[in-house]
Amino acid sequence: MSEIRIGHLYPEHLNIYADRGNIAVLDRRCAWRDIACRVITIGIGDPLPAADLYYLGGGQDRDQLLIADDLARHADTLAAAVSEGAGVLAVCGGFQLLGHSYRGHAGDEMRGIGLVDLVTEAGPSRMIGNIVLECRFDPAAPKRLVGFENHAGRTWLGAGVQPLGQVVHGYGNNGVDGLEGVRADGVIGTYVHGPLLPKNPWLADWLIARALSRGGEHEPLAPLDDALELEAGRVAQAISSR
Amino acid sequence: MVFRAKAGLSRSVAALSRLSGRGGGTTLPGRLLLRLQPDAIGRLGALLPDGAALISATNGKTTTAKMAASILSPRRALCRNGSGANLPSGVASALLHTDGADLGLFEVDEAALASVAATLSPSAIVLGNLFRDQLDRYGELELVAERWRALASRLSAGSSLVCNADDPLVASIGRVRDDTTWFGIDDPAIGLDAMQHAADSKWCVHCGGRYVYDTITLGHLGDWHCPSCGDARPRLHVAARDLEFDGLRSVSFLLCTPSGDVRVRLPLPGLYNVYNALAAAALAIRLDLADPAGLAAGLERFSAAFGRFERITLGSRESVLLLVKNPAGANEVIRTLAGDPAAKTMLVALNDRIADGRDISWIWDVDFELLARQVDRVVCTGTRAAEIGMRLKYAGVERIDVLPQTEPALDAVAAEGDGPVYLLATYTAMLDLRRLLEQRGLVRPFWEEAAA
Repeated sequence: MSEIRIGHLYPEHLNIYADRGNIAVLDRRCAWRDIACRVITIGIGDPLPAADLYYLGGGQDRDQLLIADDLARHADTLAAAVSEGAGVLAVCGGFQLLGHSYRGHAGDEMRGIGLVDLVTEAGPSRMIGNIVLECRFDPAAPKRLVGFENHAGRTWLGAGVQPLGQVVHGYGNNGVDGLEGVRADGVIGTYVHGPLLPKNPWLADWLIARALSRGGEHEPLAPLDDALELEAGRVAQAISSR
Repeated sequence: MVFRAKAGLSRSVAALSRLSGRGGGTTLPGRLLLRLQPDAIGRLGALLPDGAALISATNGKTTTAKMAASILSPRRALCRNGSGANLPSGVASALLHTDGADLGLFEVDEAALASVAATLSPSAIVLGNLFRDQLDRYGELELVAERWRALASRLSAGSSLVCNADDPLVASIGRVRDDTTWFGIDDPAIGLDAMQHAADSKWCVHCGGRYVYDTITLGHLGDWHCPSCGDARPRLHVAARDLEFDGLRSVSFLLCTPSGDVRVRLPLPGLYNVYNALAAAALAIRLDLADPAGLAAGLERFSAAFGRFERITLGSRESVLLLVKNPAGANEVIRTLAGDPAAKTMLVALNDRIADGRDISWIWDVDFELLARQVDRVVCTGTRAAEIGMRLKYAGVERIDVLPQTEPALDAVAAEGDGPVYLLATYTAMLDLRRLLEQRGLVRPFWEEAAA
């Protein structure tokens, strides 16, 4: 039986937008295909274990501050793991922490781990609502990604850094440049929750396949019956475009 | 226009609203009145000889207010917003019909509490609990807590707080005053083994350390203390001890008060209803309007508020309507239902309208997994029917039908089997369901229900 390992960072602090839904979807979609999915939770003070995919969710401001310094300890280890092919999925607050820094309203600065070239600053209002992206992982076959966003941070990508997708409906990284999230090889950051993966099974499967390929498995994943997932996604898109 | 004329005009809007079949006139008249006269709540409230009491919480406002009314009504004529219209417009609408009332008893939305309290100068405010709820509407939990803390520190000497000591976040607010009345549950036998994953306030408000619980009752509530700074649950004035659950029928407990103890059998299941009963009892004690016998009689007389474990007959099937609107509340409903091992037929209605919260990600923080094996069939309905169907599929439910329209969904779920049907619905989905049940003569309109 093949296996993937997920390192779930700070689930006790970063869980505000039902982040456990993302883990549940990875776990079930593996189980339905007889793939073992081992989830290792990593708390404050714990060492960073080897994993095929690291997950970093979103938290309240207070919780993010509590974990920011601890995460900084792992910056080099995480960068080394990524260079050896490990993936990272970071949502909302976790996305902001992937960058260089987050500057608050009062000019206070929380440092990130600098895994990708982006910065975030607090904006005057929250950007809240349903969101739809177009993602071009395969330029010949663009995919829709749907969910919900709720963030005060405005995130700006460095020159040449690729977004996760282009905004079709909603705000995205900053409400200005039409970009959402970040994708640098196996590192994905995004403001899209809802949670992210249930309504976007193609992305869940992309992450699973990528994690499996590290163990030398390159067979396509067995297809699943995604009728409910696709219908939920279709309804979410229709609501977003109203 | 003089104030009396403005109030009269607003009252006639209520009558029109009922006549036109648009609803009970529970918010529109108040909205009009507040537009005409922004200080109307204060002016009308001043006409109540015994003043007013307010009840706020993330979960249990409507039920607590109804329990408090049941306790207080033998002693005082009450003016209430019993239909759950708990924004300033709803309070103002209720105040248009003081009709010789002595005391105002209002449930108030968490975010609106500070403004209503500022205009009404209540004699007591009940703070029940704070849970993660509709983040797109209320913002983070800390923001609501900050508003409540500011309100508590501004309260005049004539106003007092009645607070849930088991909620560390609420306790940090109640501590702003030194005359707060504290209520909570004292029963180590009912504790959970571990904290539920959706628990909200795990870290000390003062020092950031992790709370330690001698007993966890639900969510982040329980008998807590912080080993790093020494903060701990306040000493209880009003407590529930020796709880006994009778399935989905009732729960009984020893209600301990400063003037004596009394056994109470609540005609509702669930630990959360014990908290609601404690809040109502503590309020009555604070207002000096009940003795132990009066508390027990009031609580035992009580019947469920609309859509809160409301029993209805669907065809020949005894069924139950349950409001679910956030993870903490929904998890307690799930835990209560799972306590009865019988196979279950369910209807789950998920809407994403503004009053429900546009963001429906919270359904992934609800432990539907606990119930999945008991569910032989579920019909999913509402604006996000497929989404809740998908959630239940990942929880392990096997037979799932998705019917977004209310009427076909209700007919489908009632068409098979003969056991009870459990109808779980978000706020506007519950109103949709109830409207349909009213048309079929199965329940009364919610504004009449509230007046009963």
